[in-house]
Amino acid sequence: MIPAPVRYARASGVDHALELLAEPDSKAIAGGQSLVAVMKLRIVRPSLVVDISRLELRGVEVAGDEVRLGPLTTWDELIAAPELRRPALAAIGECAAGIGDLQVRNRGTLGGSLAHADPASDMPAVLLALRAVLELRSPEEKRSLPLADFFLGPFTTVLGTQELITGIAVPLPAASSGSAYVSVEHPASGFALAGAAAVVRADGSRAVALTGVGAQPTLLPSAGDPLDALESLEILGDGFAPAEYRRQLAETVVRRAVERAEARAEEDT
Amino acid sequence: MPERQDERIELAVNGVRRSVEVEQRTLLVHALRDGLGLTGAHIGCDTSQCGACTVLLDGRAVKSCTVLAVQADDQEITTIEGLARDGELHPIQQAFVEHHGLQCGFCTPGMILTAVDLLSRDRDPGEETIRHALRGNICRCTGYQPIVDSIRAAGAALEEGAAR
Repeated sequence: MIPAPVRYARASGVDHALELLAEPDSKAIAGGQSLVAVMKLRIVRPSLVVDISRLELRGVEVAGDEVRLGPLTTWDELIAAPELRRPALAAIGECAAGIGDLQVRNRGTLGGSLAHADPASDMPAVLLALRAVLELRSPEEKRSLPLADFFLGPFTTVLGTQELITGIAVPLPAASSGSAYVSVEHPASGFALAGAAAVVRADGSRAVALTGVGAQPTLLPSAGDPLDALESLEILGDGFAPAEYRRQLAETVVRRAVERAEARAEEDT
Repeated sequence: MPERQDERIELAVNGVRRSVEVEQRTLLVHALRDGLGLTGAHIGCDTSQCGACTVLLDGRAVKSCTVLAVQADDQEITTIEGLARDGELHPIQQAFVEHHGLQCGFCTPGMILTAVDLLSRDRDPGEETIRHALRGNICRCTGYQPIVDSIRAAGAALEEGAAR
């Protein structure tokens, strides 16, 4: 399988990339671990791929009261980042370590995964629970958007055709907070049949987000017991996991993620 | 339909500067096999599952069936052909021979290059770490135990080599 004919251009900077993306049916490519796969299946046939993989948009840095993740940071780099080794952010590395396989983690990027918006992708749940905010750039403007407002449905986001994710900001939870990600994977694809991220904060508040169970990753309402909130959530059923079974998986991963996040919050003294 | 455009790319393959003409849609595995005659990277599943096409791109294991060749322009590639030195097998290759880490051999280049990446980070990974690292490499003959044994032995051999 090879992709349909396509032209290729390497962007020299964000502005150049945005200029190139003016072409109809063009697509930005970073690590290509989602895009090349669907190009080979010819589900996607871009006219032009705009290579953004060499732009200076990678790395992890703590700035003031937030941690900034470059969209071109690979899963492997997230796992290795010392800035994320604290109980409050432990879910990020924990989640990244379970994505794809070693080869995919070496090449796949955080921003590429968010833009691809697979409804069973793992990291959106973690970033939703951590209240991440995206920085988006188009030729006209630079805007900030909570991740919770980014996904519209399967493989669909609010990202404009001529717009790129240029930053991901995660507000640092206060001391004595903990986070965790737990999933049950489809054994062949490795995608989540149900995945839950939990963030437990020092003030006792909890944020829980789910992936793999519906049309898009979802943050549960923060008030009350997340298991109660889960009851009113519509759950997807398919050949891999009928809705009733998937609901049980969802309950289990939510419970485990909350327990693990609570244990980590206690460690964080 | 975009017009076909060929591009000349330069790759440092196994330490040697090579130049190859590819279509812009060409996958790295095809550039290596058909363009440069390096057939050690195998095409197994072609859907990024099996890992037989694994090569090192700037020192890290990647699936060359899921990388556009043009994206690798100007970067370093290591294939299975580049591991032996002066007719002597790389310690990981040697360990696969000694511990029967292969049967038909189809998955072996990918297994070994993934092991190169893993052991470059940690020469003494436990069994669980090795199995986690091999998640993207499928073997349909032997079962994984002798492969895991080979990688453990290779780590020890590399450690010993470094101590010498």
